[in-house]
Amino acid sequence: MNTDQTTSVVLVGVGGQGILLASEIVAQAALKSGYQVKTNEVHGMAQRGGSVVAQIRYGKEVHSPLVTRGTARALGALERIEALRFADYLAPDGLVVVNSQMLVPVTVSTGLAKYPEDAEQRLRNKFKRLIYIDAAQKAVELGDIRAVNVVTLGALSTGLDLPLEVWHEAVAISVKPRFKDLNMKAFDIGRSCV
Amino acid sequence: MLTELMSGNEAFARGAYEAGVVVAAGYPGTPSTEILENVVKYKSDIYAEWSPNEKVALEMAAGASMAGARSIVTMKHVGLNVAADPLMTLAYIGVQGGMVIIVADDPGMHSSQNEQDSRHYARFAKVPLLEPSDSQEAKDFVLFGIELSEKYNTPVIVRSNTRISHSRTPVELGSRREPHKVGFEKDPSKYVTVPLWAREMRKSLEHKLPVLVEEACKSSLNRIEMRGKTRGVITSSIAYQYVRDAWPKASVLKLGFVHPFPDELIREFAGRVDELVIVEELDDFLEQHVKSLGLRCKGREFIPGIGELNTTILLDAAAKMEGKAPSREVALESDTDLPARPPVLCPGCPHRSVFYALGKHDVIVAGDIGCYSLGAFKPLNRLDSILCMGGGISMAHGLDKSCEPKKVVGMLGDSTFFHSGITGLLDIAYNKGKSTIIVVDNRTTAMTGHQENPGTGRTLMGDETISASIAEIGRACGIKRVREINPYDMANTQKVVTEEINADEASLIVSVAPCVLRERKPLGAKRHIHEKLCKNCRACLKLGCPAIEGGEGKPRINPLLCTGCAMCEYVCPFGAIAPVEEKK
Repeated sequence: MNTDQTTSVVLVGVGGQGILLASEIVAQAALKSGYQVKTNEVHGMAQRGGSVVAQIRYGKEVHSPLVTRGTARALGALERIEALRFADYLAPDGLVVVNSQMLVPVTVSTGLAKYPEDAEQRLRNKFKRLIYIDAAQKAVELGDIRAVNVVTLGALSTGLDLPLEVWHEAVAISVKPRFKDLNMKAFDIGRSCV
Repeated sequence: MLTELMSGNEAFARGAYEAGVVVAAGYPGTPSTEILENVVKYKSDIYAEWSPNEKVALEMAAGASMAGARSIVTMKHVGLNVAADPLMTLAYIGVQGGMVIIVADDPGMHSSQNEQDSRHYARFAKVPLLEPSDSQEAKDFVLFGIELSEKYNTPVIVRSNTRISHSRTPVELGSRREPHKVGFEKDPSKYVTVPLWAREMRKSLEHKLPVLVEEACKSSLNRIEMRGKTRGVITSSIAYQYVRDAWPKASVLKLGFVHPFPDELIREFAGRVDELVIVEELDDFLEQHVKSLGLRCKGREFIPGIGELNTTILLDAAAKMEGKAPSREVALESDTDLPARPPVLCPGCPHRSVFYALGKHDVIVAGDIGCYSLGAFKPLNRLDSILCMGGGISMAHGLDKSCEPKKVVGMLGDSTFFHSGITGLLDIAYNKGKSTIIVVDNRTTAMTGHQENPGTGRTLMGDETISASIAEIGRACGIKRVREINPYDMANTQKVVTEEINADEASLIVSVAPCVLRERKPLGAKRHIHEKLCKNCRACLKLGCPAIEGGEGKPRINPLLCTGCAMCEYVCPFGAIAPVEEKK
């Protein structure tokens, strides 16, 4: 399979956590680096608090916008168990960044299922290259929980071969002007967690 | 040339702009919704509207086309069922201004009640079918479709799907073509489908098809990519991309102009390869036709017809064709024992109160398409069926007339009511039904991302307009018992629901409160649970609010998610839930 030249990135989380913006920033960074880029994002019903996946692929020539299982260079998870749910996307030497935040699904609240208590341990056992950060806390410290996506992305950016100045440019053009400073800081804080 | 990263839906809109389209109409439906939302970017050049339903949208575009205006109509796959009536006869009449119908299928049912394959409509109506495989083609095919439509006097279907519509790929922008001069020319034999003239139209429609086959055979939208003769693949749409990733050495006949089928091209390609494989999502639409040409091919026996395809499925299919074991090796397995995270009604959603009130009654609830379909899941678990848009009302009426011993409730939303609920309500009034109809009116088309509708007081173009009253429509239909409620007043909601369910005649309850996700502002002070007062009875968890987290210990309210709707405060029997005191 000709995935050699194509880099795949998968972002997962819960509807409403800002996966689409994070996906946009990766896409812009890859575009600014001169690559062909394709992305896929989930819209509609799944956005109502469900599990959400965004996929970005870039390279010289990209065919499918969808990431083949076992080939993602980087997996970013905005909620801790979502990384476990989508682990099979990851390439053997891929980087995983997990925001340690816990969002309890309604299935747990209603007693239909259990939230794994050993989630952190499972993550550490499963992933060789894991960055486990409290991105939500860092976002709150910055003054807006919504920056959790960009903090996580900052850490994830270390696993991708795109230059820092391109990432900064991508953040700047992807967010609303009034949130630019906040998100630039969020990105750098995430990146410094590594 | 300027290149932009665009979703398929943005690209369809751009295509409409560049094609000189002047009228665009549709009804929201995932994954098609963003097409018209992007057409509005060109509103100085294109008139765009959300029609009440897809049938109306296609009919209004047919009118515009008759006057010579170029048009597009957008909808999801099931929307084309609603618009099928005008489509079938418009194929007879044809068009003056070019018309492209963009229909977006949803293989895998990400956000749909079925995964029908809309390609059949092209064959059924005898109209051309184009299938783009990325955003560039999404744009180009609208331009080509408008040209084709005008050249052959026929509406053209451009079929998208979830992955084409919602993937972003590079698009080269072009400039806008000049629209036609508009002016209706009277010619009853051309536009009036009384049998006398319709019989003639029927013949000319049939005569058009062989000419379109020739056009398809020489079209640049269909191309042979030779890479070797071992395996040749006929494919279209997003499946083309999976083929390129999974089988990079295979030759491909890539179809963009799919129907009428380019028979000669298919024969030529089949003759140049040893093994012919058809790769298509959903039905064996191409495969059946290829076989009807007397050509041997592989397809459905190796490639599933249910759900979406992907590169892994094709890798496995190739292994199977070659008699090898599928290589299911991935670096890591995903955990399979994790709690499911299905979509849920948002914290503070006004629908929750109505479901909670209905939960007190042993009734049958016929539901409908929209956010409130989420009321079918535990713990609310208060919705018993979903058929189609408007089906909630009519099915309730049928249950009522079936001598079903239980009381019957029909439930649907505002946009759905305007789409196709009104005729059902009229049926109930006219035929003396006794069911209770609840319209959960959140003043928007919420599930698809907050589109305007006839009740919102605003058009797609952003202009102020009428705000149709559901209660008044109910009264005009002849419903005597019409009640409007504020769902956040839970005591009154339960009282009214109880009274109307017990009434011995038809009634209409309109539960009016704006969508909390659209308003994006708190409904009140955030709530919290007093640890000491809470007896862990878990009554609050029966609301199924994502902000109330209940694991092993006592429930707690996540302050990041709480909207302050206070429904939990109402249902707590111990007064343990109260507003968080503001820090002074």
